[in-house]
Amino acid sequence: MKNLVTAILMTIVTTVLLGLVYPLVVTGIAQVIFPEKANGQLIVKDGQVIGSQLIGQPFSSPGYFRSRPSAAGAAGYDAGASSGSNLGPTNKKLIDRVKADVEKLQAENPGKPIPIDLVTTSASGLDPHISPAAAEFQVPRVAKERGMSEAEVRQLVQAHMQGRQFGFLGETGVNVLELNLALDARSPMKK
Amino acid sequence: MTLNGWLQILVFFALILAVTKPLGAFMARVFNRERTWLDPILRPVERLMYRLTGVDETREMRWTEYALAMLLFSVVSMVVLYLLQRVQTWLPFNPQKLANIEPSSAFNTAASFTTNTNWQSYVPEVTMSYLTQMAGLAYQNFVSAAVGIALAIAFIRGIARRERDTLGNFWVDMTRATLWVLLPFCLVGALLLVSQGVVQNFKPYDTAKLVDPQGQVTEQVIAQGPVASQEAIKMWGTNGGGFFNANSSHPFENPTPLSNLLEMFAIFAISAGLTYTLGKMTGAQKHGWAVFAAMALLFWIGIATAYWAEAKGNPILTGVDQVASATQSGGNMEGKEVRFGIANSALFATITTNASCGAVNSMHDSFTPLGGLVPLANIMLSEVIFGGVGAGLYGILIYVVLAVFIAGLMVGRTPEYLGKKIEAYDVKMAMLNLLIFPLTILVFAAISSVSPDFGTSQLNNAGPHGLSEILYAFSSGTGNNGSAFAGISANTYWYNTTIGIAMLFGRFLMIIPMLALAGNLGRKKTVPPSLGTFPVTTPLFTTLLVSVIIIVGALTFFPALSLGPIVEHLLMQARQTF
Repeated sequence: MKNLVTAILMTIVTTVLLGLVYPLVVTGIAQVIFPEKANGQLIVKDGQVIGSQLIGQPFSSPGYFRSRPSAAGAAGYDAGASSGSNLGPTNKKLIDRVKADVEKLQAENPGKPIPIDLVTTSASGLDPHISPAAAEFQVPRVAKERGMSEAEVRQLVQAHMQGRQFGFLGETGVNVLELNLALDARSPMKK
Repeated sequence: MTLNGWLQILVFFALILAVTKPLGAFMARVFNRERTWLDPILRPVERLMYRLTGVDETREMRWTEYALAMLLFSVVSMVVLYLLQRVQTWLPFNPQKLANIEPSSAFNTAASFTTNTNWQSYVPEVTMSYLTQMAGLAYQNFVSAAVGIALAIAFIRGIARRERDTLGNFWVDMTRATLWVLLPFCLVGALLLVSQGVVQNFKPYDTAKLVDPQGQVTEQVIAQGPVASQEAIKMWGTNGGGFFNANSSHPFENPTPLSNLLEMFAIFAISAGLTYTLGKMTGAQKHGWAVFAAMALLFWIGIATAYWAEAKGNPILTGVDQVASATQSGGNMEGKEVRFGIANSALFATITTNASCGAVNSMHDSFTPLGGLVPLANIMLSEVIFGGVGAGLYGILIYVVLAVFIAGLMVGRTPEYLGKKIEAYDVKMAMLNLLIFPLTILVFAAISSVSPDFGTSQLNNAGPHGLSEILYAFSSGTGNNGSAFAGISANTYWYNTTIGIAMLFGRFLMIIPMLALAGNLGRKKTVPPSLGTFPVTTPLFTTLLVSVIIIVGALTFFPALSLGPIVEHLLMQARQTF
């Protein structure tokens, strides 16, 4: 009986400490020391939020670098419903989807094998990056669409490459949203 | 596989090796109630908590009372979590006005978080209010982990003590595990995660105007929340329940390779440390390291297999470049993030299932058959490879008792473990613990896989991969892991209920025989080692322990595995699809 009373009281006391005080203290400190990061590193243009540096967006216009395919939400890149495809390696749906994407991409850059990340969905469906290989694959198309030289586009890609942390952690990626925003700033697309 | 990939795996392991001794020694001091440098701040808080809850910190408990207190606390806090979900819409911290949660899902989630499983049949960002996340789910992340640590300490005391009836005081062990171990690490850990970009706020979700609108879709909703505070305890407490559906692959939960390393480190650190605590508190430091070595060996077998399989990629895909190079990590990238690539995805999957964590930074369902076999097999070995906080240690100690018993049979002497004779009652309790686990998994999985209406209809993949989804679901539930072959739509009456029951069985039915064994060991006299004593500190012992774990696991689960991932691997080589 005494243990039951203690169990109830202990639940109340620890809920206040761990469920309320702890997250509020962390929020307080985080909002003071890292306000930008604690709020999602939003990108604002003319007073309007146009994305987050950490969250990928879909791009389909040929003048933009494309992101990876996404299984988040019905239209992809829904940052209110993150998700992977969860298709297994022998699932016909996966094989057919990749095949269709490969054919589409090969039409624009014939003869080159497609870097694998460009035709596979990410785990979150919100991957902000593509591999440097996937960016290089798209350079000729983007340069042509924007009337820029390939060297110029490559230079921008290079500038938005995020290398391995401390030189060895993780993999190198190109932030697609930031790269495309830089392209727009350099050479806006004719609408 | 790349040199850089192996380097990252090696660095991770070196960090764990380095932290084992200091952390283990610290925990031994905490639970022996010796002075630590945190005492000036924490002792007053601790005393206040005992005053408020009526705990007499000097009183010790026998194993039965220890188990009762643990059960009462788990039941009360589970009921609170259930009720919180049922009424969340009327409570504060709910800017998205999310609705109350229906009963079977609320039961499943309450069972899931109370048992340290964190299986999630719901999509968090459209289901759980900020209040439910922090005061319900993250709260259980703390206390279910603290309960696990307390139980491991009670087991260690059972081994270390002689002719004593008691194992310690549950309330004291649980409180000290929270205040001295989990809370300080999480405070620091959460802020480190924010520094990498993990969000921590109470804002309503943001809406961004897409740079390149896609037909009808012109906006992107960006979910927010108090993520970092929950992320920290999710990893340190080997809980694994994501703030978002995509768990640690979501850029707001795990934005950079450094945050990824911190999260992986947090999964293993306490469990590795506890092997040192075991050595320290039993006065057999070499035994602690022998157990550590067995865990490390099994870890390396798993990561090598998973990394190799994922780096090879999927042979059915054509027209794509899957070879690792300076400009891409290559391999099987379906369900993986570019910033983590193959090495860090395979490593995270191995660690999260070695331990009973269950957080994921890649989708295990989309792994190659052998790559996906590793996390599944890790869970089926009952997560004793470092394991969940506390649960991993008391799990492997059951195997240790079994290994000592088998060694005793081989040489024809009464088996001893650190001076304690292992007798019939002890072996019975160990076997009971070992049998409940496969029985729960295989019975539920068998029923589901022959029931088209409610079992196989919920699968996302056909063929052998579908069986793997079911096997994984019940292994994850019973093993209190919480990761998934997530294609399975488990938010149904059948799966919510059965997986909920599996989680409760896998936690509490296994704890009771474990505590009974500990209580019985503590009552025994110690006998001095003789020539016939099988030493538990040698490489021979480590080898025997690893063999026992693998043989028990293989004998139990090999038939099921051969119909799932193994046959799928062979069919994939033949380019067969489903």
